[in-house]
Amino acid sequence: MGFLEERFEDNIVTAKVDQLLSWARSTSAWYFQFGLACCAIEMMATAASRHDLERIGMMPRSSPRQADVMIVAGTVTLKMATRVKKLYDQMAEPKYVISMGSCANSGGPYSRAGYHVLKGVDQVIPVDVYIPGCPPRPESLIEGLLKLQEKIRHERPLTKKK
Amino acid sequence: MYKDFGTIFLFVIIGAVLLTVALLLSKILSPSKPSTNKLDTYECGEEAEGSAWVQFNIRYYVIALIFIIFDVEVLFLFPWAVVYKSLGWLAFIEMAIFLVILIFGLIYVWKKGDLDWVKYKVKYGRGRYQKLSGKEV
Repeated sequence: MGFLEERFEDNIVTAKVDQLLSWARSTSAWYFQFGLACCAIEMMATAASRHDLERIGMMPRSSPRQADVMIVAGTVTLKMATRVKKLYDQMAEPKYVISMGSCANSGGPYSRAGYHVLKGVDQVIPVDVYIPGCPPRPESLIEGLLKLQEKIRHERPLTKKK
Repeated sequence: MYKDFGTIFLFVIIGAVLLTVALLLSKILSPSKPSTNKLDTYECGEEAEGSAWVQFNIRYYVIALIFIIFDVEVLFLFPWAVVYKSLGWLAFIEMAIFLVILIFGLIYVWKKGDLDWVKYKVKYGRGRYQKLSGKEV
């Protein structure tokens, strides 16, 4: 735990500082460039000029050390699941996960007969936002990212947990 | 003159203060939850194995150098060959000079024996390579 994190009583000052901090965190949530399958193509399209993720403050990082959001874009095979877990562990706090597409949500088309596919990435890492679709269009990815920003904005980083 | 150094001194002080403040702020504000996995080396999700201090054979270096020289040669040859007819004799002579320079390099490398992985000829065979040179010194 850091020096100031979750150490203050709930009052007007911490509420305002919390607001500032979580606003800053939500509007500069850099995501981990991490494509597993065809959803990654949609993720790239979302980052490219037409949909332009940088206008909501999100830009791709190639290292988990610099990333705040992990977008699990695609089919998580059992072999990849251990790597996904390790990469999630190596991200710096605070960290968030978006499960993008049916495969990452529940196994998708492989949910019954896929002998090698993890049935939902939430079995190995905690997921904040699920995005349905196979693959989701860039609009729905942006919708999910805005929902995540909303979630981050309601956090209280400095206030003690009840 | 001393006034100019004063500016530099001021610059150094401001730089140090800014750096200290930025590092302190991030130290105070950032959450810190170290774990074994997090402090591990980042290897694209793989388990890091062994030490980073591995030794390569130094001969790979020469081979990489030779490769790059002739790689670039081919790179220049292709566009030259495409417009060869419209360029005329001057371009032909220039390219010939370029090739001759590189061929001299190739001859040098060949003579040195760097094209062979296992070197049979050891020019200055003394000490532990003495037996390889094939002659008594």
